Amino acid sequence: MRVSLFITCYNDTLFPATGQAVVHLIERLGHTVEFPLEQTCCGQMHYNTGYQQEAIPLMRRFVDIFRDAEAVCIPSSSCVAMIRDHYPKMAAESSDPGLTRAVDELLPRIYELTELLVHCFGLEDVGAYFPHRVTYHASCHSQRSLHLGDLPLRLLRNVRGIDLVDLPNIDRCCGFGGTFAIKMGDISAAMLAEKMKDVENTGAEVVTAVDTSCLMHIFGGLHRARAGVRMAHIAEILAPTESDVGEGAWA
Amino acid sequence: MTIRVSEAEHAQSFQKAALPLLEDAQLRKNVRHATDVIQSKRGIVVGGTPDWQDLRTAGSAIKAHTLRYLDQYLLQFEKACTAAGGQVHWAGDADDANRIIVGLVQQYGGTEVIKIKTMTSEEIGLNEALDHAGIRAHETDLAEVIVQLGGDKSSHIVAPAVHKNRSQVRQIFRERMNLPDLGDDPEELTAAARHYLREKFLRVKVGVSGANFLVAETGSVCIVESEGNGRMCLTLPNVLISIAGIEKIIPRFEDMEVFLQLLPRSATGERMNPYNSLWTGVRNGDGPQHFHVVLLDNGRTGILADPESRQTLQCIRCGACLNTCPVYRQTGGHAYGSSYSGPIGAIVTPQLLQMRQAQSLPFASTLCGACYEVCPVKINIPEVLIHLRGRVVREQKSALDPEALAMKTAAAIFTSRTRFEAAQRLGRIAQWPMVSHGWMRNLPGLLGNWTRVRDLRELPKQTFREWWKARAKTGSMPGPSTPLRAARKLAQDVNDHA
Repeated sequence: MRVSLFITCYNDTLFPATGQAVVHLIERLGHTVEFPLEQTCCGQMHYNTGYQQEAIPLMRRFVDIFRDAEAVCIPSSSCVAMIRDHYPKMAAESSDPGLTRAVDELLPRIYELTELLVHCFGLEDVGAYFPHRVTYHASCHSQRSLHLGDLPLRLLRNVRGIDLVDLPNIDRCCGFGGTFAIKMGDISAAMLAEKMKDVENTGAEVVTAVDTSCLMHIFGGLHRARAGVRMAHIAEILAPTESDVGEGAWA
Repeated sequence: MTIRVSEAEHAQSFQKAALPLLEDAQLRKNVRHATDVIQSKRGIVVGGTPDWQDLRTAGSAIKAHTLRYLDQYLLQFEKACTAAGGQVHWAGDADDANRIIVGLVQQYGGTEVIKIKTMTSEEIGLNEALDHAGIRAHETDLAEVIVQLGGDKSSHIVAPAVHKNRSQVRQIFRERMNLPDLGDDPEELTAAARHYLREKFLRVKVGVSGANFLVAETGSVCIVESEGNGRMCLTLPNVLISIAGIEKIIPRFEDMEVFLQLLPRSATGERMNPYNSLWTGVRNGDGPQHFHVVLLDNGRTGILADPESRQTLQCIRCGACLNTCPVYRQTGGHAYGSSYSGPIGAIVTPQLLQMRQAQSLPFASTLCGACYEVCPVKINIPEVLIHLRGRVVREQKSALDPEALAMKTAAAIFTSRTRFEAAQRLGRIAQWPMVSHGWMRNLPGLLGNWTRVRDLRELPKQTFREWWKARAKTGSMPGPSTPLRAARKLAQDVNDHA
């Protein structure tokens, strides 16, 4: 399969290792990755902060760039949620029947990474090796918008060498919320404190999720506290195999 | 037109109002404990209701239908209620409603009223209006008694004193009921409240209630409660005045079947409320002999006129969204500056205020979606929050606002690959004064809110797209690959890298 990667603006800029792991994982599973260089941002930040007009051209760009893709892989559930939950309505409001049709046709080919692996490739065991104690945070959009359920956990349970520990209150928001973390910094900090306590109580050395954005927030707090826990997007756990010389060796 | 949503008119922004609450360790512990308990009870009874999702769908559909034909159902209710001996009054806003109720109490010669917990009366500031007219209002719901005697404000639409624990309640009762030796045993506390209230139930001749449901078909009014104090107020006084928002209408008596399953499970984690009171007009020699219903608009028709957010009016005030909300969990209800708090308050309050005040409330959410998941009538609160954020930005924000400028700049960057890539490079250069040992710990301006409690790793030497381009250039980009070829390529990459 030819998989077009929408890496997301913040992974591209801040977390290239996530994208590198996604590329390595998909390629080692026998598929081809394309990365259209015209891509930028899905418009989620603008849309959710109230700047909905500004998000419209970003939607048009996304649709134009990916309309011919066989499958689009997005390693971020909140960006997938933006596209699935809001693009149809935005397109309908644009009174452009061509755009509405293009969005309708594109949506079934949009996959969050773990959806791609399980639903599209039919894999729950991707042959990964990750010999660390890991806890998984179920991000809000992954649960309540994409309804991923235990999809990511099924993939993680099949990883060789992993010591997977349940995160208490796994379904509670970490307090990131995009611009909420900035606009309501003190409340976000209070929510983060609870999440950090839950993560630290697991004794895990790695906290993972399908969204680097939540991890940036959780890990940002853990790092400030010098807690000795690091973050890894789920792709960075599913990509390495026993024959790899080390994490990120593909970069 | 005056619209009063408790203190919302004078309220400061949510984030500022939250600050002293975040400092209050006792309050935060009380709120965490109470919401955890109610949530877990709810989880158990909802889990034991196999057709829960169907009930939600039915509840949502009935409410949406009712709102679509609200004018007709309201007139039908008025006709049926009047035929049964009740009298219906129409109040355009809070002042209208207060004037009507004060007038009625005076007409019957009352100087005191006993009240069942009603959020609508808090919305219009009824107690203050009565007080202004020399009429004393006695709250009778135990939690409202605690709030009233403590000179406090309710912090939860179902459990107004959720922020108080029993030793704090004891202190209030000791001082206000003049019981210096009162213990903090729950039975002792409720016995004190019972004694305090009984005397009022037997003496006061005018009762004021809200309404959970108004049945258009029969003109009936329904109140559900846990204590029986409401039943006292509904049956003992000679005069009963019920105030209800116009959205409380349901079309048929049989629709109660759906709502009397949804509401108690969502509100208190019970399969049924201990007291379900339903009355229709007046019955000679039985209960209140004079019955008045005040139907309140107070901004509701404005909400109804907005197709994107009219689902707000489907709310049955169960409070489930408060109990599950991770933001409410940290602050409790007072930060919302309104009688309606939590996620539903964040969408109701600014709309009742015609988006002219309480503009920070739609932003008091991470859009985590927990509220939508538990809502018994499927109000998509995150969707309405986003819509209201859009209204705040479009209607209220100056184009010169720093946030607006930053957003416009970001939009200009994201609409062009060239600009996006330039911004990535620029960021890498501009960050250097702020980076120390690979981390940023003290960013300026708005981003300083991030680094107050979180570190941010410096921007990497190479963006993903730069890595991708470099990889394509060195020819390591695999073509249509097989696992074997991919493995070979990888081995080669690793070698090259090493």
